[in-house]
Amino acid sequence: MSVILQVEKATKSFGGVHANRSISLMVETGQIAGLIGPNGSGKTTLFSSIVGTHPMDSGSIRFEGEEISHMRVAGIARRGLIRTFQQTRIYGGMTCVENMLISASQRTTGLLDLFRTRNPAREEQAEALLAFVGLYAKRHLQAGSLSFGQQKLLEFAMALMNEPKMLMLDEPTAGINPTLINSVIDRLKRASEEFGITLFVIEHNMRVIMQLAEHIYCLAHGELLAQGRPEDIRNDQRVIDAYLGVH
Amino acid sequence: MNNGAARLIGYLALLAAGLAAPFLFPAYQSQMAELWLFIVFALTWDLIGGQMGYNSFGNVVFLGVGMYACALTQVGLFYDVSLYNQARGGGATIFTFDWQQYLEGLAVGLPVGAALAAVTAAFLGSLVLGMRGQYFAICTLGLGIAAGEIANGWEWIGAGSGMVPPNAPDAIGNLARFYYYFAMALAVLTFLVLRHLYATHFGLAINAIRDDEDKAESMGLRTTRIKVTAWIISAFFLGIAGGIMGNLKRFIDPVDTAFAGPTFGVWMVLMAILGGKGTLWGPVIGAIVFQVFKEVSWTYLLGWQRVALGLLIVLIVVFFPQGIMGFLRERFPERFGHRVESDSPVALSRERAG
Repeated sequence: MSVILQVEKATKSFGGVHANRSISLMVETGQIAGLIGPNGSGKTTLFSSIVGTHPMDSGSIRFEGEEISHMRVAGIARRGLIRTFQQTRIYGGMTCVENMLISASQRTTGLLDLFRTRNPAREEQAEALLAFVGLYAKRHLQAGSLSFGQQKLLEFAMALMNEPKMLMLDEPTAGINPTLINSVIDRLKRASEEFGITLFVIEHNMRVIMQLAEHIYCLAHGELLAQGRPEDIRNDQRVIDAYLGVH
Repeated sequence: MNNGAARLIGYLALLAAGLAAPFLFPAYQSQMAELWLFIVFALTWDLIGGQMGYNSFGNVVFLGVGMYACALTQVGLFYDVSLYNQARGGGATIFTFDWQQYLEGLAVGLPVGAALAAVTAAFLGSLVLGMRGQYFAICTLGLGIAAGEIANGWEWIGAGSGMVPPNAPDAIGNLARFYYYFAMALAVLTFLVLRHLYATHFGLAINAIRDDEDKAESMGLRTTRIKVTAWIISAFFLGIAGGIMGNLKRFIDPVDTAFAGPTFGVWMVLMAILGGKGTLWGPVIGAIVFQVFKEVSWTYLLGWQRVALGLLIVLIVVFFPQGIMGFLRERFPERFGHRVESDSPVALSRERAG
């Protein structure tokens, strides 16, 4: 299997806080990788560094072999690397279908393409994906009026609409009704299988990440603490200590 | 009769009323011409402030650029601008324009005004559209004032004494009526262009920027380019409106007519908010209500007009921030297409299978 994302010695500090210290990891194409760690361990900072929200202090990030650590957010997104946010972000004043339509990939489109009227094929794709996450009935409602969990599902559908090569999800099940969580796991797995998207998932819910991920990285205090298959991580004493606060 | 046909008839009725108005109410021609221009002001402001969420107090720059560029072109095609402006409008017998020259001047001047306004927007936009929220608002406020001051000190365009656009020859007839139809044509054109624009992905893109710009960027949208383009479109139509306004008012004062931040600059914001930010008809309705209020208060509250307008601004911003169309949308969401539907058979079968 080829490596789609390679992070080497990623380092980032905010003032005196070392959010990420020399973190190296890689994600293989088509894989579902997990990222766990206690609160404040630097998971979201690492995500933000990868997608270009803020520059790293030092280190290298390669996506499909190309160095992306000096690129801007939109440029990285157009290369097929998309993230979702921990605090769900959707376009609240627009309907669900409109949210979907404007999320379509910008990889091959220029500014002039935006002046075309909406095309039915895209609209069908949007509706199919909304059906995929169970929001078909609410497709003409303003996205801002949806519940938090539904917004989270919409954001996921928007990410799929973008047809990314790799999708980075920041806590996809946080705030979602426990009975819905299984269907979220199911949909993430199906997204990986049906659409061939590589997933990199931050998750606090151990049950979810153990079911989902094939390979897990664990951060603590801004450093990479452990990595391995889910069962190795579950039994790793350092990981258990980190979560229980022994450190 | 279906919905589309009813709408078409409605549009045609409005159009007919617009065409007939100068003959029905000849005493109000210049106010009605101004109203059409106000509709353009509000529509072009709403493109940026309402649909894109960038509260600009600097759109008046494009109005002034269009106004000066048009008038200067009208003069410059036939006379020396410097000599013309040195006469301070007193050269009416020397600098005459026959009807061919007058129309030619307008035919070149209005597009030049539009183009120059658009170029100004492209230049300023690439500088200031990186700023967001209140920073952008304050910065554009400064741009408007700076532009006024520059015009105020520029001798070639008449400086603080202002500039008088060319005198219309008698063949043009009633000047207010003449420009009424220009203004109406521009307002209708602007409306139709924006209506089309909001139905494209560009419309969705600027809405996305309004709702969450960081998200739009993280989805790969070229946000800066989109924002600058929107400002250019806004400036283009506002530039033409400026050219018409200058000729309608018959005098261009750098600070009070061209770069009139405290009046036109604020009014365009107010009209859009009053009618409903981010809706297509909102700015149109807002402009009508505002112009009627302004003219009525001018008639009945002489001396207190500005106080009444100030009070209106405060009342609208505090008690009615969503505007007329915004209020209606909250009350009757289904009318605006926001509705819940039953699951499609496809979705249901997928659910069961899944």
